Amino acid sequence: MANARDEILARVREALKVTAPKPHFKSEPVSGRSTGTVKAWLPDGGETLSEQLNLLTENLAKLKANLVRVSDVSAAHQALQQIALTKKWKKVAYHSHPLVSPAAEALNCEKWEVTSSFDKQKLEGCDAGITSCEALVAQLGSILVSSESSGGRSLSVLPPVHVVIATVDQVVADLEVCFAEVLAKHGQKLPSMLSFITGPSRTGDIERILVLGAHGPKELYVILIG
Amino acid sequence: MSNAKDIFLKEATTSTADGPQRIFINKALGGYYTNRDIQKARYRDWERARDVASLAKWTAVNDLANTLEAFVAKFESNGGKVHWARDAEEARQIILQLIAKAKAKAVVKSKCMTTEEIHLNDALEKAGYSVVESDLGEFIQQLRGEAPYHFVFPCMHVKREEISALFTKHLGTAATNSPEELTMIARRHLRQLYVDADVGITGANFLVAETGQISITENEGNARLTAALPRIHIALSGIEKVVKKLDDLSVLLPMLATAGAGQPMTCYNTLYSGPRKPGECDGPEEFHLVLLDNARTQILADPEQRDSLHCIRCGACLNVCPIFKNIGGLAYGTTYQGPIGSVITPHLRGLKQWNHLSAASSLCGACTDACPVRIDLHHHLLQNRRNANQTSPTWFDRLFHRGFNFVISRPRLFAFGGRVFRFTLPLLKKIPLPYLSAWLKTRDLPPAPAQSFRQQWKESSHG
Repeated sequence: MANARDEILARVREALKVTAPKPHFKSEPVSGRSTGTVKAWLPDGGETLSEQLNLLTENLAKLKANLVRVSDVSAAHQALQQIALTKKWKKVAYHSHPLVSPAAEALNCEKWEVTSSFDKQKLEGCDAGITSCEALVAQLGSILVSSESSGGRSLSVLPPVHVVIATVDQVVADLEVCFAEVLAKHGQKLPSMLSFITGPSRTGDIERILVLGAHGPKELYVILIG
Repeated sequence: MSNAKDIFLKEATTSTADGPQRIFINKALGGYYTNRDIQKARYRDWERARDVASLAKWTAVNDLANTLEAFVAKFESNGGKVHWARDAEEARQIILQLIAKAKAKAVVKSKCMTTEEIHLNDALEKAGYSVVESDLGEFIQQLRGEAPYHFVFPCMHVKREEISALFTKHLGTAATNSPEELTMIARRHLRQLYVDADVGITGANFLVAETGQISITENEGNARLTAALPRIHIALSGIEKVVKKLDDLSVLLPMLATAGAGQPMTCYNTLYSGPRKPGECDGPEEFHLVLLDNARTQILADPEQRDSLHCIRCGACLNVCPIFKNIGGLAYGTTYQGPIGSVITPHLRGLKQWNHLSAASSLCGACTDACPVRIDLHHHLLQNRRNANQTSPTWFDRLFHRGFNFVISRPRLFAFGGRVFRFTLPLLKKIPLPYLSAWLKTRDLPPAPAQSFRQQWKESSHG
């Protein structure tokens, strides 16, 4: 039996001997995407930081995520404590990070730092997961987390509440800029998971009616410093 | 007459006659239209964004061998393992062997139409594994023992009362009328299954050749959990899902969300480049990707319809299709419903048995208009009709076209025939003829004109 890989690739090469017409374009599009022209066609991400912050605020509100703007790190700690009190958290999980660890450790409840000796059952019992992020995308209200910068894969999705602590210099205009930054920052050594989180988990599977908290967090908080 | 066609005609007739159900479906889609239009308006030029999206897919598909090889090299250098499957049976065997080797018992799945295409659940259950669908819609359809109604909204035809009764029967929960409570019942039920599962199976929306990542789009967080908690992650993807650049996703991800569900961006868009890395807190020990051909190279070999491999499975063509809205998703009897399903199913399962789907079309072109990657869907439906007529014409097609050619090439005979026809037209309503009586059952026959076109032309000033 011939090797499946070789056979499929041979079929592909044979099929492509005949060329296919290009799609019917509205106009001849820019073939190389490096020009950045596509920005003019997609949803706006804002030019200046203040435009970007306005868009981010607007988009997070529409997504039913909670944005808390604070001026400095100590105000961020207070904001987190306030959320913990209102939500009556008993146990939270967080990961080691200069923005996250001090804020989580200051909380008046049981705290648990996730490390590589991981217990998924224990994380399932936590009221909230507190993480940092890679970037915030103004254009869409998306938060980019990674297995490297956000305490692995499940911390940002298993507990019923997800809190992200970030700084304004992490805000980027759009996905295009965000991807370029990811490649520049990580190069060939990408984290095993990169995830754009756009609002709290949701489903419309029952009669197309929106319900938050399908499998992931019911609530998403962004504490933005600066 | 083919079996698939008989079933289609029977199912479509029943569902079309079900007025309340059609109202229910249209109401469910109403919210989608509103949200889609709000999100489309945020694009500064939606049409040009479509150009870029279709070009990204065109570029990758028309250089598929090189793009795939580049992707696989990157993917494996990141620590994942690629398996190639020529057809559904080979894909099932690969996945079964991986699960057996891992000595796994419980399998959790996130939504993946390609696993539906290869009927993976049946194979897993027959081999004695417990397998649970974690996407809410798929979970409901699994409990109902029914195929998905719509490949993006699997249970959009099911009413909340039915879901409540279903959960009471299978999970022993109290009856409720609230979609939120029903969602929470499923959430609680599936939680422990995630924690206990040894293997997680997902699909893939895009494969990125530049970085060797697979991209998964979802709203619920179930795919995130499926790829985080079990020891082994297996992803199944068609070979056509590959794109060249990571940057291509900056157009494709938002457009998939807007066209598919009227969202700015789907809730979770996740890129996986390998198993858990040293220093990372969690994640699977092994990451396998099964690349499936299953007749995709056959579509590739047809340059006319090659663009149907550009499909990103957003479901927009279903949502706008007058046929889908009236006959519903189950009548198709296919994995992929709606216009895109009618185009590709004949390639996947045979033109002779499945060309009737291409005839069930108003050729209005709403699908082509809605497609974010500009697949020429309604022309492909016409091409399928032509191809079916050329390769496997029915006796009626053969007779009709032979007769038509004979008459049309003889002007006198044509004129005579026209005269006869004008007088006998009303009789057609009364005499049952094959094909014609079925056509006339739901259509009015217009009265015959008093004169032929050629007579009118002669008598007018043009003559």
